[in-house]
Amino acid sequence: MTGSSFTPDNLAQFKATFFDECAELLVDLEERLNEMQAETADSEALNAIFRAVHSIKAGAGAFGFTQLVEFAHRYEALLDRMRDGLVQQTAAVATVLIHAGDILAGLVEAARSGEERSKDYGSEVSVEIDLLLAQVDGLESVITPVAAQGCDSDGGGEEPDRQPDTTVYVIDFAPRTELFRHANEPLLLIRELKGLGDLQIECFTDRLPGLRVMEPEDAYLRWRVTLTTDKSLDEVREVFEFVEDDCELAISAVAAEPEPREEDQDATAAGTRDADPAPSVEAPAVTDNAAPAADDAPATDGAAPSVQPAEERPAKTVSSKAAPQSGGVSSIRVDLDRVDRLVNVVGELVIAHSMQSQLNLNSGADFQSNQNNEDMTRVIRELQECVMAIRMQPVKSVFSRMPRLVREVAAKVNKQVRLLTEGEQTEVDKTVIEELADPLTHMIRNAIDHGIETPEEREAAGKQPMGKIKLSARHAGGNIIIQVIDNGAGINKEALLKKAISKGIVSEDAKLTDEEIEELIFAPGFSTAGSVTDVSGRGVGMDVVRRNINKLGGRISLHSTQGKGTCFTLTIPLSLAVLDGMLVAIGSEKYILPLASIIESFRPQGEQIRALAGGGEVVSMRGEYIRLIRVHHLFNIKDAVTDPRRGLVVVTETANGGKVGLLVDELIGQQQVVIKSIQENFDPVPGVSGATILGDGRVALILDIEQLKTMPAASGELWRPSSAAQTEQLAEEAQGNGQNAHVSAPTTDPEGRQLPITV
Amino acid sequence: MSEQIDNPLQDEVSREASPVESRNIQQFISFKVGDEEFAIDIMAVREIKGWTATAPLPNQPEYNLGVLNLRGTIVPTFDLRCRFGMGRTKTTPYHVVIIASVQERTIGLLVDAVSDILTVNEDQIRPVPDMERITAAEFLSGIITVEESMVVLLSLEKLFHRGETSSSAELAA
Repeated sequence: MTGSSFTPDNLAQFKATFFDECAELLVDLEERLNEMQAETADSEALNAIFRAVHSIKAGAGAFGFTQLVEFAHRYEALLDRMRDGLVQQTAAVATVLIHAGDILAGLVEAARSGEERSKDYGSEVSVEIDLLLAQVDGLESVITPVAAQGCDSDGGGEEPDRQPDTTVYVIDFAPRTELFRHANEPLLLIRELKGLGDLQIECFTDRLPGLRVMEPEDAYLRWRVTLTTDKSLDEVREVFEFVEDDCELAISAVAAEPEPREEDQDATAAGTRDADPAPSVEAPAVTDNAAPAADDAPATDGAAPSVQPAEERPAKTVSSKAAPQSGGVSSIRVDLDRVDRLVNVVGELVIAHSMQSQLNLNSGADFQSNQNNEDMTRVIRELQECVMAIRMQPVKSVFSRMPRLVREVAAKVNKQVRLLTEGEQTEVDKTVIEELADPLTHMIRNAIDHGIETPEEREAAGKQPMGKIKLSARHAGGNIIIQVIDNGAGINKEALLKKAISKGIVSEDAKLTDEEIEELIFAPGFSTAGSVTDVSGRGVGMDVVRRNINKLGGRISLHSTQGKGTCFTLTIPLSLAVLDGMLVAIGSEKYILPLASIIESFRPQGEQIRALAGGGEVVSMRGEYIRLIRVHHLFNIKDAVTDPRRGLVVVTETANGGKVGLLVDELIGQQQVVIKSIQENFDPVPGVSGATILGDGRVALILDIEQLKTMPAASGELWRPSSAAQTEQLAEEAQGNGQNAHVSAPTTDPEGRQLPITV
Repeated sequence: MSEQIDNPLQDEVSREASPVESRNIQQFISFKVGDEEFAIDIMAVREIKGWTATAPLPNQPEYNLGVLNLRGTIVPTFDLRCRFGMGRTKTTPYHVVIIASVQERTIGLLVDAVSDILTVNEDQIRPVPDMERITAAEFLSGIITVEESMVVLLSLEKLFHRGETSSSAELAA
């Protein structure tokens, strides 16, 4: 893999792939480093870190990103010493590793964007690494760039005459044409093998056709390689990892004890390897794993500070790749666009099928065709689930970016913060994941800057100097609930209100409930920071976060206790594509209610409905009082059933576990619907989370119960009372709403909105 | 979709300005709302279809007719007559919806009838006279004369920019 040359045509594409891989590797690296900091890391984690760094280095070498290669190499050298147990894994070392990880990420970003980082970028970390290396390797190996030979004795006190267990493998390797098509090269593989130990190579040319019929791009050669090595079969297999599917390969171990053989001096540049595997019966003094690494150490060391092109380190290349993909899930990388297309087509299929079902129903189709239709429904449903599952990913990929953010931000504002994460494996649709990164980043940044106090303040308040932020994810119905909880100072409601008044967002005599005051945080142009700092106050506020979350069809709410901390809760649909829905009629309009939130529905008797003194109505169900929401009020639907005794109350569960009853005219039926975004072409509509297309091609809106629950203002004004008893009660409701209008006012355009224009 | 409307007036209105004259040629689609003739940039027009029923969105300004299904895309649709303060259009199957792109969004405009494609030289576009009483002037981007009749150019960006189209409950509050 190292040092392959690419045709210019494909270079850009290879580069893109490389950076994709880098992104994944960096995420993995980050995660492992966090384990290390949390001291939950084992040797597997260290290996994983090493592999990530190494893979980045190898790719970077191929593309000539010298600065990146240089740094990665140094990083790798340190990791290598750690794997050998020469550098102990202490907190201090972990910190260096983490910083180095950040620098590496920075350099990858620089390479990707093509901008130059200054020569001394990351030099502090480099120096620290060099110091650590110097402690084990002796100063000269760090300072003298190339000490390739003769520094075996530096190698941490390894006996140079130590002999590993050796095995002879016979490898029959016959590449297929695809191997070349996939930009692999047998020579490189053989070089890698060479790095593992002693080689004897036979090349079979029997398949070579005559020159006339030969396709220059086809593979005709076969090799038999006899490899004498101390490596395990897996490690030998590892060499062929990327070409396994593109060749015929047979590896067999011949004997545990090989006959001694002269070091194979083949013509390749890999000849600088010392390896020196004079075979002997002695078992190594060190453990199996450490032995080969130590063996390679001198060459790698010596090269550490120098600019080293990637192809110079074949042996390490192989051993570093050891054990990564053993087992694990096999996967393919697919362009997201293709998956999207598939999802869309399946969505259309679902719609088309529901049209067909409708038709069957109306035409009174016979038993057989109804039966067929049932079968089809099941298959389509399964197909849809499969397709949706393709897009699901654990939220880990977003969560794992946060520890680094926390470190950086905390360092900047001189606070001590520890991030805890929970439910990282919770799966969400890919698009949702992508959209989550920004809001989460912002919220965590806010939590550190405004929420968590300085260590001194915390101690004064009787708290531990180290603040905590907990990031958790879990499923709840068709939603994922993500919480960002900090144990900081909480929101100072008085200060918040004062500021809102001074900004003219709230009128001075307004009486707001605690929740309403907390809501002010989401007002545009609102920042609770006392001073604008480097970290926040860049003019992006929680209003943007809320808008982003709303865009996903989600909601954000917060709960704060002064002195104890703040909890932000995001409720976001798992997928932006399909929903199990209940089609209901309200007046002449049809709406979809998410099935997951429906508990039951019933037609209330007159005595079950009560008006509350504070405004609003409740309906009693088996002794429980449930708030009744008249959707036709909220939406101003004129031809709807207004008498609950003639309509239906659909009892639904809300995100916080409460219940509300929605008054609808009738239930039409359950169906799976494809969610279409309204926001794509329009602004968010309160009370509506999206739209769908029904079997007859008409559009139905999907109701958002959470928003309906909090939609007071419009209903008060739009209410047309139909009975005297209700008038009084609703007049009160309207009054209550008038107050709310103050709160919702800031979410409108401060420059003043244009009302419908009359010419 | 079979609702593509043939232009009935295509031959009645003469083409202005041959393309040779100037490079600053612009094309507009002109349409009727009431007795008035308006035009929008042809580049913004995605398609023209016959009127189909929309699903009303709650708590929107009156000129917002709700959303329609354009082959799987949800397209908000606006009644231009109502937008200009002339009351809601009484829709018939002969009414026309112009599907247009405005700042990466797709919207539908209900008009009475589509008239013509106008090809005009930039210098034929006259500025809108300063009329303080008409607040609408700000979304009128110019006036052109076609066969002695006046066609008003509309700026969809100004008429339907984001934030303007919605307003919903906030507006009602």
